[in-house]
Amino acid sequence: MIKVRGLVKRFGLKTVLSDVDLDVQPGEFVALLGPNGAGKTTFLRILASLSHPSMGEVSVAGHRLPHQAAAVRARLGVVSHVPLLYGDLTAEENLQFYGRLYSIGDLSRRVSEVLAMIGLEARRRDLVRTFSRGMQQRLAIGRAVLHDPDVMLFDEPHTGLDQDASAMLDGVLRSVAAQGRTVLMTSHDLARSEALATRFDILSRGVIVASGTKKDLGRSNLLSFYKQALAD
Amino acid sequence: MQAKPTSLRALDLVAIAVLIVAAYLALVYAPEEAVMGQVQRVFYFHVATAWTALLGFIAAGVAGVAYLATKDEKWDIVEIAAIEISLVFFLITIVLGSIWARPIWNTWWTWDPRLTTAAVTELIYIAYFMLRQGIEDPGRRARFGAVYTIIGAVSAPITFFAIRLFRTIHPVVIGSGDPSAQGTFAMAPGMKLAFFFALFAFTIIFVDLFWNRILMGRLAARVEQLKLNLMR
Amino acid sequence: MARRPSVHSDREKPAASFARAVVAITWKDLAAEFRSRELFSAMLVFSLLVILIFNFALELDIRTRQSVTAGVLWVTFAFAGTLGLNRSMSIEKDQGSLDGLLLAPVDRSAIYFGKVFSNLTFMLIVEAIVLPVYSFLYNVNLLRPGLLLILLLGSVGYIVVGTLLATMAVQSRSREVLLPILLFPVVIPVLIAAVKASGGFLTGDEAINIRPWINLLLVYDLIFTAIAFMVFDYVVEE
Repeated sequence: MIKVRGLVKRFGLKTVLSDVDLDVQPGEFVALLGPNGAGKTTFLRILASLSHPSMGEVSVAGHRLPHQAAAVRARLGVVSHVPLLYGDLTAEENLQFYGRLYSIGDLSRRVSEVLAMIGLEARRRDLVRTFSRGMQQRLAIGRAVLHDPDVMLFDEPHTGLDQDASAMLDGVLRSVAAQGRTVLMTSHDLARSEALATRFDILSRGVIVASGTKKDLGRSNLLSFYKQALAD
Repeated sequence: MQAKPTSLRALDLVAIAVLIVAAYLALVYAPEEAVMGQVQRVFYFHVATAWTALLGFIAAGVAGVAYLATKDEKWDIVEIAAIEISLVFFLITIVLGSIWARPIWNTWWTWDPRLTTAAVTELIYIAYFMLRQGIEDPGRRARFGAVYTIIGAVSAPITFFAIRLFRTIHPVVIGSGDPSAQGTFAMAPGMKLAFFFALFAFTIIFVDLFWNRILMGRLAARVEQLKLNLMR
Repeated sequence: MARRPSVHSDREKPAASFARAVVAITWKDLAAEFRSRELFSAMLVFSLLVILIFNFALELDIRTRQSVTAGVLWVTFAFAGTLGLNRSMSIEKDQGSLDGLLLAPVDRSAIYFGKVFSNLTFMLIVEAIVLPVYSFLYNVNLLRPGLLLILLLGSVGYIVVGTLLATMAVQSRSREVLLPILLFPVVIPVLIAAVKASGGFLTGDEAINIRPWINLLLVYDLIFTAIAFMVFDYVVEE
């Protein structure tokens, strides 16, 4: 579903990603972990078609980036740690707006469907400005699944959420993933990642230093796996 | 690291030589103008520096388009060099223009199309550098620079025509004479020689400065690269 | 992989989805602004204050009024315009929603045109209010068709270039301060033509004198719309 070969990203003279290889199969839930400054957000932005690779091959959902970016965007849902929502519009209006951009048919029905899925039916006519951070994140996920994407990218979605909101978010994440989508999530939260993901990749200083599935963890937990990878 | 190419060193000498000759022709050889007196000699350099500035202006526009088309950093360096030179030479043109205008028309500034457009172009150049200064990412800096150069390059000529139109429909008399006459005078053969040689000399000077500045830009980029390598 | 019902509408022509995106973006801006009215009230209050200040700064007696009205109006609109442009693009940038727009499978220029239409609407609405107020305060009839045409053509030229430059300015460190510095030197032809043509209509000048200015505005509008369309991608990509 996602194939990355020899990805390099430079900003002027600074190299943020150097030679990243990654393969994500359909249906996998990948947690991309790593310390700050490792290049996780940059990597995600490239997959999201928001940034061009300096070198290397990237393909998502069968389409090459950056050339077939438009085709990729139609199959991609992205949730950032910023909600990408308009505070002065209602929840409903936000979804309708994005729905129009994605050429979604039978929009009002779909909007209601999504609102129900994320548990915001009751607040649909309220301005997003009045939502708590947790509710905004859930609405952001709603925005991202509106067009029924095959691939979803989450950039540290739990940022700024308290325990309850995080738990609620996890519920939504699980149901989203259960629908057969391929998910890639960057995170700092090892415990959450261990619970949600089927696979883990560790990015450090612009390269993938370790990769493993839940099975590979075996007896040890993610924390020791993580520490081991960074120690090398 | 390459040293300065010998052809450029030679050009440096040629540039200095033609500058001296042009100065001689303008200040000594050319006959004194009957009506305006010695101050008219400023005219030779005034037009020649304007010509140089114009060359820079056009070179910048071309470089801007070339950069967006190729994304090659070298066009960005060319663009900066061209604009810097044009900036300085328009300034000289304006100053010489004032020196000429003051005794003849008793005013420091004439709002004639050419001079005013030169001033507006100076403001565009300054805005250009301010734009670049506020952007961190080198790739974005170059892209924005190129875009603004293109906008400025198209806008300045339109400004020129607008002001000229202003003058034809609404002739304005400023000071004690009509400056839009631009001090018309018939050019004696000696004057013609000084005039055309000045144009020629300043074309050489433009190429010399341009080449030097581009070289400087390349070296600066190289230094940045080395600095970065050292920090690793 | 579980089969999910398709949510995409049947193959839509690219032109239709382009138009739909432009309308959606324009509508979104207008709807959001209608709720908060921040941008709009800032522009309007600012314009009225400037008009007021001009009253004291220039001696707008009956005779001089004729010749300076056009200039006063356009200077006012030029400055109010930068307020609107800054605000409009800042909203996208601050909430990161520019990324949201960029993630959608629409042509980048659809974003540009959507923004141009909404910015233009705000500017025209402000002008529509300032004009009668000015007429009222200074006893000048400004509601003439010729003048309204110039207002439209001039605003279009201003906004077309302004939106493009605002998109760049908002991505730089110096933000708000930068936009007027970038915009004013390149938008001078619009200001010259608009002021001359407006003045011409106000003083009842002959058509033959006004015509060239209208042509200039048209040429400027067309050229820069084309350039902005071609160049916008480079301004939002990374």
